[in-house]
Amino acid sequence: MRPTAARLLNILVPVKRCVDYAVKIRVNPQQTGIDTNVKHSMNPFDEIAVEEAVRLRERLKDAVKSIKVVTIGPPKSAETLRTALAMGADSGIHVEIPDSAPSPEPLGVARVLEAIVKRQEGGVDLIIMGKQAIDDDLGQTGQMLAAILGASQATCASKLEVDVEKYVANVRTEIDGGAEELVCKLPAVITTDLRLNEPRYASLPNIMKAKKKPIEKLSASELGVDLTPVLETIKVTEPPKRVGGGKVENVDQLVAKLKEAGFTALST
Amino acid sequence: MMASSSTRHRVLALYKELHRLGRDYPDPAYDFNGRMRRMFERNKSLTDPEEIEKALKLGEYIKNETLALYSLKKYRHLKQKYPLSSDSPSQS
Repeated sequence: MRPTAARLLNILVPVKRCVDYAVKIRVNPQQTGIDTNVKHSMNPFDEIAVEEAVRLRERLKDAVKSIKVVTIGPPKSAETLRTALAMGADSGIHVEIPDSAPSPEPLGVARVLEAIVKRQEGGVDLIIMGKQAIDDDLGQTGQMLAAILGASQATCASKLEVDVEKYVANVRTEIDGGAEELVCKLPAVITTDLRLNEPRYASLPNIMKAKKKPIEKLSASELGVDLTPVLETIKVTEPPKRVGGGKVENVDQLVAKLKEAGFTALST
Repeated sequence: MMASSSTRHRVLALYKELHRLGRDYPDPAYDFNGRMRRMFERNKSLTDPEEIEKALKLGEYIKNETLALYSLKKYRHLKQKYPLSSDSPSQS
């Protein structure tokens, strides 16, 4: 007799449309930001998150009731949602912001996600998201969201298993010098490390099929969230060009160069 | 003699998939899509089902190899930029 799942899981996977990993970043002439007229794609860590959700369903089968993907971004972000749907998510939510709007900050994103979680009928049991976005590398949103929701969190996950009966997630997370094994009560926020899995390719037939999957359009204001940035970007510059090293003939020359550079001998 | 409609369907699907993949080829000078199109054109008058099957298999093979190339390139880059603490730190 097949055991019935104690609870059907609703999984939410937030994804972000970022500048593609292979693009050579250029600072704009006004030094206010980078040139965004370049190729964009889903944040690689978010691809891993979508893949993990789909794999969870492959393992847990009917115990996973829904996999919803959500993005906050301009109209073009809908393409990112379609890619996630093509990978196996069921439906999407697009919190649309104007093209001209500044990039939302992690706290703003976390507040929007909180509002979305609270709107979901049947609740959300598991949130899987990238540990950081490759454009800003902030790595804050997951942690902020867990704190706002009062949910468990496990960051930099390299292995994820869900025990539906016990309603916990068993997670291996990457930490300095090794790994940690955590048992997180659900609902939980899990952020993905690179080593968690290798995402599948969204084939053309799947992309076509994904066009039929529903995407709900929402705005931050109807969710009651103000996405105005708290931080002001003053200047964006490229890192200083690397200066070539120099060679010296002997120790005396080395000492002379060090003195030139302002290094003084330690006092004894 | 025209190939059967199901074969035609498979060939078209393969062509579309390869064309879409080819757009992301890292070296534009290689002209992935141009070469791919010429390979398809060279085979367009095939009639023997065994030869058609062989050509389709070659196309599938090229698709998988290209996907593997993209995947390796991407994850090699990412693993360098986001190393584990036990890996050596990346040089910028």
